[in-house]
Amino acid sequence: MVNGQELSYLLRLVIQRIFAAFVTLGVVSMVVFAAIELLPGDACQAFLGQMAQGQRLANCRAEHQLDKSPIERYGIWAAGLAQGDLGNSIKRSKPLEEVIGPRFRNTVILGLTAAGIGIPMAIALGVIAAWFRERKVDFWISGVAIFFMTIPDFITGTLLISLFSVWLGWLPGIVIMRVDAPITEVFSQIGLPVLTLMLVMIAHIMRMVRSSMIDVLASEFVMMATLKGLPRWRLLLLHALPNALLPAINLIALNIAWLMGGVLVVEVVFNYPGIGRLSVNAIADRDLPLVQAIALLMAAIYVSLNLLADLLTLMLSPKLRTQRVQP
Amino acid sequence: MSLPLLKIDGLSIGYEGADGVAVPIVNQVDLQLEEGSTLGLVGESGCGKSTLLLALMGYYDSGLARLAGKVALLGKDPGALNEADLQLFRGGDVALIPQNAGQALTPTLKIEAQMLEALRLHTPLPAASRQDRILQLFDRVQLPDPANLLGRYPHELSGGQQQRVALAMALAGNPKVLLLDEPTTGLDVTTQQAVLALLSEIALESQTAMVFVSHDIGVIGAVCERVAVMYAGEIVELGACNQILQHPRHPYTQALLSSIPKLGQAWAFKAPTSIQQGQDRRLSGCAYAPRCEYVGPTCLKQKPRLTRDQDREVKCVQLSEIARMVAPAGGHKGESKMVGQEYVLSVNNLSVSYDHTGWWPFASRQERKLTVREVSFDIVRGQTLGLVGESGSGKSSILRTLIGLQKSFEGEAQLLDKFDLTTPVAHRSKACLSKIQMVFQNPDASLNPRQSIFAALARPLRIYFRLSEPEIRAEVERLMAAVQLPMEYSARYPGQLSGGERQRVAIARALASKPDVLLCDEITSALDVSVQASIIQLLKDLKDAQGLTLLFVSHDLPVVMALADDVAILQRGQICESGRVEQIFNAPEHPYTQSLIKAVL
Repeated sequence: MVNGQELSYLLRLVIQRIFAAFVTLGVVSMVVFAAIELLPGDACQAFLGQMAQGQRLANCRAEHQLDKSPIERYGIWAAGLAQGDLGNSIKRSKPLEEVIGPRFRNTVILGLTAAGIGIPMAIALGVIAAWFRERKVDFWISGVAIFFMTIPDFITGTLLISLFSVWLGWLPGIVIMRVDAPITEVFSQIGLPVLTLMLVMIAHIMRMVRSSMIDVLASEFVMMATLKGLPRWRLLLLHALPNALLPAINLIALNIAWLMGGVLVVEVVFNYPGIGRLSVNAIADRDLPLVQAIALLMAAIYVSLNLLADLLTLMLSPKLRTQRVQP
Repeated sequence: MSLPLLKIDGLSIGYEGADGVAVPIVNQVDLQLEEGSTLGLVGESGCGKSTLLLALMGYYDSGLARLAGKVALLGKDPGALNEADLQLFRGGDVALIPQNAGQALTPTLKIEAQMLEALRLHTPLPAASRQDRILQLFDRVQLPDPANLLGRYPHELSGGQQQRVALAMALAGNPKVLLLDEPTTGLDVTTQQAVLALLSEIALESQTAMVFVSHDIGVIGAVCERVAVMYAGEIVELGACNQILQHPRHPYTQALLSSIPKLGQAWAFKAPTSIQQGQDRRLSGCAYAPRCEYVGPTCLKQKPRLTRDQDREVKCVQLSEIARMVAPAGGHKGESKMVGQEYVLSVNNLSVSYDHTGWWPFASRQERKLTVREVSFDIVRGQTLGLVGESGSGKSSILRTLIGLQKSFEGEAQLLDKFDLTTPVAHRSKACLSKIQMVFQNPDASLNPRQSIFAALARPLRIYFRLSEPEIRAEVERLMAAVQLPMEYSARYPGQLSGGERQRVAIARALASKPDVLLCDEITSALDVSVQASIIQLLKDLKDAQGLTLLFVSHDLPVVMALADDVAILQRGQICESGRVEQIFNAPEHPYTQSLIKAVL
């Protein structure tokens, strides 16, 4: 139940925050553009390398409008961005949306699947570990989590491949699919990458939930709820968990952002056609417009997920949401 | 019904010490409570009163366990109940009213959800009639506009309202016994009085038995018929409340009562020889012996037993001796020497506003709120001005302005006719900085935990004076002596000191620069009554010995009256009455002052 006063306060706040996010992205776009501009030479020289001379260079420059001033070019680029036009890839000679789009879709599928299974599991494990604090259950959960957190993801991935694919033969070891394969085909192949990402990610969130849950369980209101005679599940789920999750929301958002940015190592180990591998290829090909677009995409992911996390925290903590004058 | 409602036999609660020997927090306690009667448990913090109270609900803090003894409440032993029965027992047979309702209500759940939960668990009411019952309960605890409260979150209520909601929640299950853990400690005096009146009324009407824990014996006296005084986990005196309040017999009870400043009485505090000493629970003799002024040879050898003495039970072997020795309490009000009529501090038309500036550059610029309105006062050298007011009355804003931490204010403030105190602290001269110093409310927060006491005291000395190392050492020694701490303590860190000792260090640090004016911001409100008394005594001594001028801010009227020469009462940022302490107390003119004085027990 949200009353009118609260709603208008919330609405104003949300609009302010969204506006601020756009301002941030605008600044980021300038920084990215300026950084690329500062590189010696221009995009055509970088791409053509030793062949960058004479007519070939002139043609390339004309094609990509490099003969205009940097400010003019930023204006063209930014205006394109505002209309959803990222520009053209030099190497592939097609619109960047077509290059980035399907690969980003693959990364999102992989990331969301890992997050969708991993985050609820991490929260549940954190709550269990906190409840059985410093007992055997906690020891094992925390121990195993730290173990996987400390092993680099490419080792985890390789181990999982040799276990599940080479030894047991249950799951495909590497992904063999076209970039724009249908979703069902993607799902049939991503078992091991999802598992690898989960193992790396769960530990962070689980440990955060555990420690904030321990704090909450020691608080006066949990003691009071216990002494009110509440059953355990009610105590945990209704009184303790919402308060324990608040500090974890931002961490969870950062984890999702990390997944959405394409986890390069995992994509390389499993030969997965996602945004992580694309970014490495773009740099290797010296395809500067593509590098520029990917950098901006990553920034947009981080900014929007952070914004989402902040708004969610706001929604869930009554103290921040209701800024009424005290009676 | 003659069977007692609650019977405790030889209950000991404790933890296992490092050497494997059990250390009792509560030691061999016997208590009984009849149906509908009220019992107070009083003692200083750490005496085991809350531990005892929670044990009645079968709840022990982590690490603690029952070592020996029996509890029978309505014939049930909470320690022997299985989980399902224990859940019915808690909240159904016995309910707790917590110390700090603001912390004890779940912040993410609305009041209604938390009340419904209690009703669903402990009453057979059908879902449809639960809401009406909540409104009835709210009405019962005199909450205004109950229907409107249901949809609110705990933080949207005032402290008094939160406490009333907690009370309504405790009453929801119709418990036979109410346990109250310092239920009014966090409230200001007027709210405290209203809550206490309500509690006595409920005790009288509903015939609910109450066990009331507090460190404030005055609060206990307002509600309870009987009182048990606890020291170091043991009951040292037990009897009718008015008898014990008027004629305390155990030396500890006497010290406890005399350490409470009372209005209208000259306050004479008999400082126990070593009030800071820890309570050693494993002494072979009387636990109070190390602090007792009547201690005799038998006290150290033999553990006393709680024995019947006329109208009560007392645990002391020296009683007849004490009765002989007690002389009429000699009241002397420290005559403050008048050293000329020099105004040390003059404040003229000071207004402090609180600027609410959002980060949003285009939003309405500033929402100005005046927290202090045109306040003026002067303090003569060697005198103490007490500023009294409830929380939010602007007391602290005035101090923050004088010390240069407040950004937006208007008006004039002069120190020694030389220094302009409207200058922010960063722009003040060293001379000015050294002349006015401040002691903060909470020494835990104002002392650097990673800095030894010596370093904390040496720092201002190095800043303000050019001294050699031996001189600094001598000066630190002088400061430690001035606040009555042994020099060995200077090697310790704040975490190794008690709250009272830390506040002494904070005072010593403020004195290091040899200030003319000391600003004290609620410096005793985080402390126990007996420690508070020793700090007040210390300030009085410093005042007499060094001619120190104090501006002492507190919400606690009796404390201010015990220390101050003049008093100014603040209400919503304005001084509504000021004058000499005796005059204000004997003939308060302003209705607010009258209500404050009436509210003090």
